[in-house]
Amino acid sequence: MKIPYYPGCSLKTTAQNFEISALAVAKTLGIELIELPRWNCCGTVSSLTSDDLMHHLAPIRNLVRAEEMSENLGGDEYKLVTLCSMCFNVLKRSNLRVKENPDELKKINDFMYLEKDYSGRVEVIHFLELLREIGFQKVKEKVKNPLSGLKVAPYYGCLLLRPKEIGIDDPEDPTVQVEILAALGAEIVNNPFKTRCCGSYQTVQDKYAVAELAYDILSRAQKEGAEFVTTCCPLCMFNLADRQKEVVEKYPEFRSIPVLYITQLMAVAFDLDEKYYGFDLNYVDPRPILKEKGVIR
Amino acid sequence: MIKKLVISSKNVDFLNKINELSGETITLCDQCGTCSGSCPMVSEMDITPSQMMRMVQLGQMEVMDTKAMWICASCFACTVRCPRGLDLAKVAEALRQVKLREAIDHIDIKKIPEDEVRRLPQIALVSSFRKFTG
Repeated sequence: MKIPYYPGCSLKTTAQNFEISALAVAKTLGIELIELPRWNCCGTVSSLTSDDLMHHLAPIRNLVRAEEMSENLGGDEYKLVTLCSMCFNVLKRSNLRVKENPDELKKINDFMYLEKDYSGRVEVIHFLELLREIGFQKVKEKVKNPLSGLKVAPYYGCLLLRPKEIGIDDPEDPTVQVEILAALGAEIVNNPFKTRCCGSYQTVQDKYAVAELAYDILSRAQKEGAEFVTTCCPLCMFNLADRQKEVVEKYPEFRSIPVLYITQLMAVAFDLDEKYYGFDLNYVDPRPILKEKGVIR
Repeated sequence: MIKKLVISSKNVDFLNKINELSGETITLCDQCGTCSGSCPMVSEMDITPSQMMRMVQLGQMEVMDTKAMWICASCFACTVRCPRGLDLAKVAEALRQVKLREAIDHIDIKKIPEDEVRRLPQIALVSSFRKFTG
């Protein structure tokens, strides 16, 4: 199965470990994620005012690319897969807006007159939705190295779940990561703060406010017994992992905890080559605990 | 003590402007406080999200001088829980846009410390510039 894939900026830089692991995991499951040619920045955050169409151009231009690619691939499905939660939210939101407002779509198409008109038929999906679609049983069948005894607290954050019309799961009690981690054989730890915001872009203007949120989310996960936290968002990753430096400044008794992209744990469970784990990019190295648990050598 | 509020046409104009920019009908808010109880950033704010809504309902332009709208992280926790179906993230965005469209940036990019710029992923920088500069 070949599906167009939109990476976004972080997956090529700070979140390379997300991309490498996800592409390898997808391949193992028989899915080939093909990167869109000439993709551009999605804008990272959706423009929320009623009169601002300008900031929807960038996401829609990516959807034009996706439509072209789907046509070339020759299938009758027009899907675009994303890994980053922020890209997912922005692309899906702009897509929904132009689908519901044909006048706005016309304006955008007229403005980008050098591009082919966007029809509105692309469906933006997140990689986790794709996994749900192919079935968690299939994920389970590929597990060669079960994560037995690994205590993992999934963290969802905001943009995978909210607002409701965009979210891929129940905004208050999501389960998609639980299902995947269960298929991998991990022990799931429920963190009541799994849908709480990590502080998002506030990390630029007030890193200590974000560290406070990271402390709440991570220390609660630890209190519930977690040894790892998983995420699907490069910004949540930065705020929960790299901001642990500021957390320790504020709370010296805080014990660091590794934060991983869920696809990294999938790569470990599928027993893929360790070059697909990408642990060197994780702020807190997960290898010591993984070795201690006998999950990696 | 009864406090009398006078609502002038200026106040009504301000409310209408925010209604239009946000696409929301802000007068629908019945001040239940669910948004303030759901907001992860409320402890950093000077007024709560529900107070922000009340000030806009009354057309009080002083709301533009408060910090709350700049502390909102657009996490949509209030949006999914509002029993009146209001999207407060859109209201906060409309308020930010009123300032930003006057060419008043909220952050000065030059003042971000160099070591932070090196550390921050571009996803953080781009989103912050999108929300805080015009």
